[in-house]
Amino acid sequence: MVSYNMKEPIIEIKELYKSYDGLQVLQGVELRVEKGETITILGGSGTGKSLLLRLITGLERPDRGEIHINGKDIVSLKEHELLPMRRKMGMLFQGAALFDSLSAGENVAYPIKEHFHLSEGEIEKIVREKLRLVGLEGIEDMMPAELSGGMKKRVALARAIAVDPEIILYDEPTTGLDPANTRRIRHLIIELQKVLKVTSIVVTHDIESAYAVTDRLALLHRGIIVMVGTKEEFVSSELQEVKDFVAGEVIKGAEEEGR
Amino acid sequence: MRTTLTYVGGATHLLMKAIFYGIKPPYDLRLIVQQIDYIGIRSLTVVNLIAVFAGMVLALQTAYVLTRFGAKGFIGVVVALSLVREIGPVFTAIMVGGRVGSGITAEIGSMKVTEQIDAIRVMGANPVKKLVVPKLVATVVALPLLTIVAVILGILGGLLISVSELRVNPYYYFNTILESITFQDVLSGVGKTFFFGLIIAVIGCYQGMVTEGGTEGVGRSTTITVVLISIMILISDFFLTKLFMLLW
Repeated sequence: MVSYNMKEPIIEIKELYKSYDGLQVLQGVELRVEKGETITILGGSGTGKSLLLRLITGLERPDRGEIHINGKDIVSLKEHELLPMRRKMGMLFQGAALFDSLSAGENVAYPIKEHFHLSEGEIEKIVREKLRLVGLEGIEDMMPAELSGGMKKRVALARAIAVDPEIILYDEPTTGLDPANTRRIRHLIIELQKVLKVTSIVVTHDIESAYAVTDRLALLHRGIIVMVGTKEEFVSSELQEVKDFVAGEVIKGAEEEGR
Repeated sequence: MRTTLTYVGGATHLLMKAIFYGIKPPYDLRLIVQQIDYIGIRSLTVVNLIAVFAGMVLALQTAYVLTRFGAKGFIGVVVALSLVREIGPVFTAIMVGGRVGSGITAEIGSMKVTEQIDAIRVMGANPVKKLVVPKLVATVVALPLLTIVAVILGILGGLLISVSELRVNPYYYFNTILESITFQDVLSGVGKTFFFGLIIAVIGCYQGMVTEGGTEGVGRSTTITVVLISIMILISDFFLTKLFMLLW
């Protein structure tokens, strides 16, 4: 843990509170994300993991607290002031969130056109390169409706990395995918980490994927981060919430395997 | 009451934002043209169809009343006046409202529930500028034009019945129309459709933006849009008519 604190944090969350539909979801979340690391935020459904990601991107505003990105508090920023920060972020949405009316290639080109003034040829080149990174060369002209669930996620991932972000946010990247695609997405997260040297935050309830892709994990439970630590620290933790979550997930995982 | 006020406030706020981002460059003409094609050109068939039939039935009913008073000769004027001032704008608006308003809500609503609106924001774009502005501009431009086409076709439909059923001279039919319809009549009729266009686009977009609860929510939202647009067109029609009468 000490070694992590030596590095500068790219994201620092302090005393974050957020209620949703009259329910106090986040109750003082504290989290430091170091530059270049991959961290997974674990937690059961409805604990506010995805909400936390939405707060980091500025899609939602907290009731109270601070979110520093590269040292700058984004909480009080207006929508257009968030632009420079969003240029450095890519997000993979749970349901891929590809634009149905645009082809796969146009989807990947969307953030590039939004942030840079490049010629069509240059954009095409970037799009081809990003699609190649996720293993989907030559599908530029296909429409999202023609793609399988796993392919959609990969196109969405290509779109998320299109503007070479410093931070990639993954919202439940493996949810709803079959085992083969789950492995593929896990593999891609690790690969992209190596190739792009980005900071990644993965939100998931799938502890197997979490173990596979990251070395640091954080458990969100009843509105706070109860533990941050490495895989080993998680497995050997004596904390009741962590033991419960790990046990529960392992049992659920075993059931799913047996099915 | 509170939810009504929240709704009106939210929709007005959206309209304000749309006007702000609509005026602010850059302008994406390609998106607007695309929407005019979808909202205007592709509504032509249905609008033309109902316009012809509305004109024909209007001629039938008017003739029935006018012959009682021995004033059959005025049929052209009555048909044209009704079409220009009232039937043309309102029928067209309700037709387009049902077709286009529901389409807008379904499109934006599905984008909302599948996080595509969030994706637009995360990628640094503005959903109001990207989605609402083109639809708003296109509806406000297309609806008056559609109305003018509908009125002309309605008058032709009326002519068809007047000539074939009532033996009215077609030359006389047109002549009385041209002599008695004033610029104010046209202005008050077509003028209303700008406001109807605003109502259709704003309700369609706003209802889409507030959609929640998956695909089921999209269905619910679409229904609300059609009902709200129809009600709002008819209510505002009364006040707009009264307003235009006071102005001229």
